[in-house]
Order: sequence, then C-alpha cells, then structure tokens
Amino acid sequence: MKINKLYLALLLLALVAPFFLYPVFLAKLLCFALFACAFNLMLGYVGLLSFGHAAFLGTGGYVTGWLMMNSGLTPELAILLGTVSAGALGAIYGKLSVKREGIYFAMVTLALSQLVFFIYLQAPFTGGEDGMQGIPRGNLFGLIDLSDNLNMYYFVLAIFLFGFWLVHRTIHSPFGQVLKAIRENEPRATSLGYNVNDYKWVAFTISAALAGLAGSTKTLVFQLASLTDVHWHMSGEVVLMTLVGGVGTIFGPVVGAGVIVTMQNYLSGGELGNYIHIIMGFIFVLCVLAFRSGIVGELQKVWKRNFG
Amino acid sequence: MATFLGINLFGLFGQLLVGLINGSFYALLSLGLAIIFGLLKIINFAQGAMYMLGAFAAWLALQYMGINYWAALVVVPLAVGFVGVLMERFLIRPIANEDHLYSLLLTFGLALMVQGFFTHLYGSSGQSYSIPEALRGGTKLPFMYLPDYRAWIIIASVVVCGLTWWMIEKTKLGAYLRAGTENPQLMQAFGINVPLIVTLTFGFGVGLAGLAGVMAAPIYSVSPDMGSNLLIVVFAIVVIGGMGSIGGAILTGLGMGVIEGLTKYFYPEASNTVIFLVMVIVLLLKPAGLFGKEA
Repeated sequence: MKINKLYLALLLLALVAPFFLYPVFLAKLLCFALFACAFNLMLGYVGLLSFGHAAFLGTGGYVTGWLMMNSGLTPELAILLGTVSAGALGAIYGKLSVKREGIYFAMVTLALSQLVFFIYLQAPFTGGEDGMQGIPRGNLFGLIDLSDNLNMYYFVLAIFLFGFWLVHRTIHSPFGQVLKAIRENEPRATSLGYNVNDYKWVAFTISAALAGLAGSTKTLVFQLASLTDVHWHMSGEVVLMTLVGGVGTIFGPVVGAGVIVTMQNYLSGGELGNYIHIIMGFIFVLCVLAFRSGIVGELQKVWKRNFG
Repeated sequence: MATFLGINLFGLFGQLLVGLINGSFYALLSLGLAIIFGLLKIINFAQGAMYMLGAFAAWLALQYMGINYWAALVVVPLAVGFVGVLMERFLIRPIANEDHLYSLLLTFGLALMVQGFFTHLYGSSGQSYSIPEALRGGTKLPFMYLPDYRAWIIIASVVVCGLTWWMIEKTKLGAYLRAGTENPQLMQAFGINVPLIVTLTFGFGVGLAGLAGVMAAPIYSVSPDMGSNLLIVVFAIVVIGGMGSIGGAILTGLGMGVIEGLTKYFYPEASNTVIFLVMVIVLLLKPAGLFGKEA
C-alpha cells in the first residue's frame, strides 16, 4: 500500500514536471533513466556487467533516425523497429557473450560494442563522424504533432513507464526469480535443472531491446543520431548511473540517471565543463570505494534500520 | 615494382611490418594484463591509461628535463610501475574481498580520470616525440625498407616478453608467483609475504604498459586517447587467447597484430574490425580462448 502511494506521487510529479522544468531536458532524463533500467536488469538481477550497452542504444537510435528520414513511417513504428533491431543485435551478442562469465563477459561485450562502433563509423547510412542531423519527429499515430516539446515529453513519459513496468514485471516474474537464483548461486541453479545460459541470453535480449527503445526515443527527442551514442564512453556512463543510483534496486538507475544527467547539464554550461571526465572518473572511484550500494541502496539501509 | 602472383610485395611486407609492430604493443599490454590477472584475478582497466601515461611521461621528460629516450626507457616504466604500486596498495587492496567487478569499475574510473586530466592539460591532439638519433637510419632488405626504429621495437618487445616469460616460468621468483596464484593462503603459511608479492606484481604489470608507452611515443602521436583505443583491442585479444598462460598472451598479441596487418593489405575496410571478428569466431568455436583453461 505504501509503495503504491509512492508510485502515485512520483507519477504525479512526472506529469506536472514539464510545467516547471524544460521538457526536452526531462525527456532526456527519462531516456537515460530507461537506458539505465535496461542495463540494471543485467548487472543488478543477473549479476553480469555489460560494458557494451552503448551498441544497443546507438543501434536503436540509428535505425529510428534512418526510418524517420527516409521511410515516411510514423514515429511509433520507427521506434518499434529501432527497438526490434537492437533486440535482434542483443540476441546475437547475448548468445556470444553468455559463453563467458564475470570479467570476461565485460570484456566480450566491450569488444563487441567496439565492433559495432567501427561498423557505424564506416557504414554509409549513418553519416560517419557527422551522424544524422535534423531528424524529423513526425506525427504520433499520424495525429499528434511531436515537434511540440510538451507532446514529445508526454510521449517519452509513456514509453518510459512502459519500459519501467516491463523491467518491474520481468524481475517479479518466475523468470526473474530464476535470474536472481543464477546471480546468487549459478551452480545451484544449474543443478536444479535450469539452463543457465538460456536464461542469461533471454535477459540480455530484453535488456538490449529496452536499451534500443531508450536510444530510439532519445534520437527522436534530440533529432540527432551520432557516434557518441555508440562510443564506449556511453557504455561507461550507464554503468556509472546505475552504480550511483544503486545496483539491483528498482529506482536506483532512475535516480542515478537523474543525478548524472543533471550534473552533466550543469557542468557542460559552466567553467567545470573541461573537467567532466575527471569528475565522472572520480565519482566512479568514490562509489566503488565507499558507496557501493548507491543512493537508493543506502536509503533502503537507513529505512530498514529505523523503520523496518 | 616487385610482385608475386599479382601481390605487391612492397605493400604486403610493409603492412606485415606495421602488423608486427602493433602486435608488439598488443603483446606487451596483454602480457601485463595476464600477469596481473594471474595473481589478483582482476582486469586492470587502467592499463591503457598507464600506457598513455608512459608515453606522456617520456615526452614530458624530454621536453622539460632533458631526459633522453634511453634514460626514459628505464626511468619511466619504474615511475609508472610505482604509480601502479600506489594504486594497488591504497585503492585496490581495500576492496580486494569484494566482487572483482568492483575493482574493474575502480580501474575504469581511474582510467577516465587520468585520460581526462591529460586531455584537460594538453588537448586531444597529439604531441610528437622524435625518434632517438641512433635509430634514425634504416636497412634496405630485398623486398622492403626496414627503418631501424621499427626493427628495434619488435626486437625489444620480443626480448622483454621473452624475459618476462622466463622469469615467471623458470625462476624461483616466478615459482613463488605461480604458487601464489594457485594458493595464496598456503603461501602465506610458508612465510612468504603474499600481499607484497601481489603489490609488486601489479606494479610490474603496469610498468610493462609504461614501457610500451615509451616505445610507442616516437611512432604514434602521444595523445590522451591513445591508450583507451588500444586497450579495447587488447581486451579482445585477451578473450581470444585466454589468460591461462603467459606465453599464450604473448603469442596471441603478436599473431593478432600480423592478422591485422594482412587485413590492412588485402581488405583495408575490415582492418579496424578484424580482431573483433576473430574474437567472435573464437567464442563460437572455443569459448575458453585458444590458450584458456577455464570455461
């Protein structure tokens, strides 16, 4: 009951927020929050660190961008196809990377995403170093004009809520329970008759598709698809967001994305803009050394200690 | 122009040479990673940043202190190795008992900081470091011109890799190291200072990256992102070779360099991606890696 009230309050906040803050900024925040939630599905609930999720974000973005510019599809279909493409890439990469564990998994996913980076750098349709610019937002269902920032925001909010709900459902389904069992004790899950690699693979595919959904939506918001989204820096950023917010918590990635995106926005305008990577590196080190549960994780601890 | 079966031999040998040189750096870096992994079971994400640090240290030493290449070749790896020692002792050791993914994230954060710091100071464009006087010449071979400095890189890195291999596989110190990998508790019980060995090993592995950086300074431009781009390729190489054996890391590094060079000649479009594609094939056929033991 308490949780439901919390959800309602947050939803209300999200609905009125664009009247107080710039809607494009909020839409950006939601896109990264969804990206981080997708990533957290792997790290938080399967215990596998993917260092290549930028590949899916970028793939979704490029496919959606290309379709919006060249096909005349409506935005919701372009986003759907972008998501499916990212999911398909995730299915292939997942098959390959779940063969290795732990540190190797991180290296395999990083290397695979670098492969995608080089392909997009050279492929003719991505626009290379310039990327795709001036992508039209189009009319949602052919009816609602998305070039209006407020309309765009509510559309992004709907997408985010869908993605968030899907992650939530996945985690709390029997399938999600098996994932957690794998995270806690893989040999035992195997001995109970679960095909561990298949479970990891399906989770990876869902996670990749959702990352693609975030990328597709982000492309529409900024009307831009570029190599930045496929660069390993982006894969690092989503790790940082999740870490700051709290690995393996439902709200952690959302909070983390909020903190990091706000920080980047704030810094890039000011004098500290040049220090942004140093600061992000420092936050990484700080989180790992002293703050491993993240913001939400720490809050949960405090809550349990005092009220639990 | 010398051709054989329609192949331009000058071009082919030229690319093979470039491949061998890249391979030398791959070998040095993946060797460092493998040594560190063997004892600490962690991957040092800052290995690329340490390579960059080595190159920058050599450049700075020449620029501001008049320390020449040959002196830098000794001093810089020691200095970079010392940075590694500090890193292990004060940052990595406190979280040694946590999940190893955390140490990976820690070193990633350090890499971002070091790279960001140098980008801030020197911009992202590269600095140039001139080739030392003694190695400016070259030798004319039947099918190619071999610049002395390039020959030196290949020879030096093979010697360093060979010595490291010998030290680990054949000497008493190496025996301690391997025993520490096998069973650190038992080693400790025998009165050997395992934490010290761990720290020094980390320093040595990082020092190797520093050495590679000094050697790279005269032929690649010294820039803040030189390390991160290289490191991702080296990760793929580590996945291909597996980190089970020191010799395997060296051979895979050199071999992948050669494959990359050949690709540059026969199908240049794929030269950036060929190593990643080899990784995909290896994952499909032999997931543990060519020399790997664990699944």
